[in-house]
Amino acid sequence: MKTLVCVKRVIDYNVKIRVKTDKSGVETENVKMSMNPFDEIAVEEAVRLKEKGIISEIVILSIGSAMSQETIRTGLAMGGDRGILVVTEDISLEPLCVAKVIKSICDKENPELVIMGKQAIDDDFNQTGQILSTLMECPQATFASKIEKVDEKSFNITREVDGGLETIRSEIPCVITTDLRLNEPRYASLPNIMKAKQKKIEEIKAETLGIDLSKRLTIIEVNEPPERKPGVVVGDVDELVTKLKNEAKVI
Amino acid sequence: MKCLVIVEHDSQKNKPVTLNTITAASNIDKNIEAIVIGCKIDKVVDEIKKSNLLKYVHVFDHENFERQLAENLSNCVVNFLNDNDFTHILAPSSTFGKNLLPKIATKLDVQQISDVSNVIDENTFERPIYAGNAIAKVKSNDKIKVLTVRTTCFEPCETSSSCEVIKHENKTVPSDKVAFVKHDSSKSDRPELTSAKIIISGGRGLQNGENFKLLEVIADKLGAAMGASRAAVDAGFVPNDWQVGQTGKIVAPDLYIAVGISGAIQHIAGIKDSKFIACINKDEEAPIFNFSDYGLVADLFEALPQLEKKL
Repeated sequence: MKTLVCVKRVIDYNVKIRVKTDKSGVETENVKMSMNPFDEIAVEEAVRLKEKGIISEIVILSIGSAMSQETIRTGLAMGGDRGILVVTEDISLEPLCVAKVIKSICDKENPELVIMGKQAIDDDFNQTGQILSTLMECPQATFASKIEKVDEKSFNITREVDGGLETIRSEIPCVITTDLRLNEPRYASLPNIMKAKQKKIEEIKAETLGIDLSKRLTIIEVNEPPERKPGVVVGDVDELVTKLKNEAKVI
Repeated sequence: MKCLVIVEHDSQKNKPVTLNTITAASNIDKNIEAIVIGCKIDKVVDEIKKSNLLKYVHVFDHENFERQLAENLSNCVVNFLNDNDFTHILAPSSTFGKNLLPKIATKLDVQQISDVSNVIDENTFERPIYAGNAIAKVKSNDKIKVLTVRTTCFEPCETSSSCEVIKHENKTVPSDKVAFVKHDSSKSDRPELTSAKIIISGGRGLQNGENFKLLEVIADKLGAAMGASRAAVDAGFVPNDWQVGQTGKIVAPDLYIAVGISGAIQHIAGIKDSKFIACINKDEEAPIFNFSDYGLVADLFEALPQLEKKL
């Protein structure tokens, strides 16, 4: 069973985000970049499924600048078999375009499972998996916290929904998006990082795919969120409770 | 212009977030209709038709929709839209809305705008990015706007009137590739983290999972949800689904109480929309104090039992 895992290069989750002074976006120069944490969970899950003998090959796909090679290498070091990088000049493609690009790769690669993070922690759209499954006319299993093979043709996927867990049975091919509880991603070992350097990454230029990548949304400006007013330090528990009751009126 | 709000419900009751979504729609245009899709949903329809801002409620009551699978619901909505012109389609940015709306947007070939926190005009919306560390103002160039709404940013619509209900025949067939298996409700009697009015969270300062009982008794008294920092989750004190922060749950309660949490960037990103933040930490230099309305410098093992007694 061939599996495609989609990974995005984003600003590392530990970096303090700074909005550019011209309000055109956020500062990305000289900022630590990493694999989107939810995509890391997707890679880990694929590797675990492969270790269990359920899937046979893991293809790591990223869409972005040449720098996204590094993100794919991270996935290969965790246990991916080979990589595909769709190179674009514009690294802020909208989810609809991203999903169309992934679809065209799927048409060529014919994976039976596509796994990706439920959202990227930069644009926070939470759409790409849902769009892809719609384009592929196959089921979607979003926010997965458990993936179990039922038989050669289907999986049970437990989904984290508001107020509980929902389990659905999906035929393959299907698109799964991962939530936090699915697993804890491994750290790649040094030998595996070395091995990953030998693994193949195919580069495809986005414009050769014949997909309209034009934007539907115009970013007018990006602002800092409203700042919180400075608070007060209270002397003791009594004062805290009094303030919460009488001043904030929240308890 | 005409807005369509997709009603989120559990067959018995409308989910309150629907009412906030209707208010968000009213900031676009006053022509607002709702669509309820489900099976045996009379109670939901009776409830939602009372919304003051609605003109009509469209109902698809069919056994195919007993389980709210996105494949089947999206087909129903898109089929409905073939015969009815709407300029804006809205749903709450809950797991229901996030699961469903991108499918509808895709079938309409439009780029959905997620997590709308403010309506500027019919084409322009604000939304948080980078877990709320920046706010993007975006203009949609699509003909139909598909929007999920960050419901904590809009007041609920009042429900003291009654509007016309239109029943529709279902013309779609269910997907044969996906099936519902089961639903396990959270066993806890506590409110959900993402909709709780009060949240009390613990961090590494709690030292172990057993000590979270100190928070539990307070949560019981306040009717609060319980959360944790990534540090506490990574240390194995509590389950992953308690994690509040950029890679966990983004919350916006009336009161967030952070106990033994230093206030790492990624935690702050998940709580900064809270109306009030209170913290208890023995390290007065901890960054959490810069984000708290009320800070108490104290040993949590002394402060928590005192707090419990005072409530």
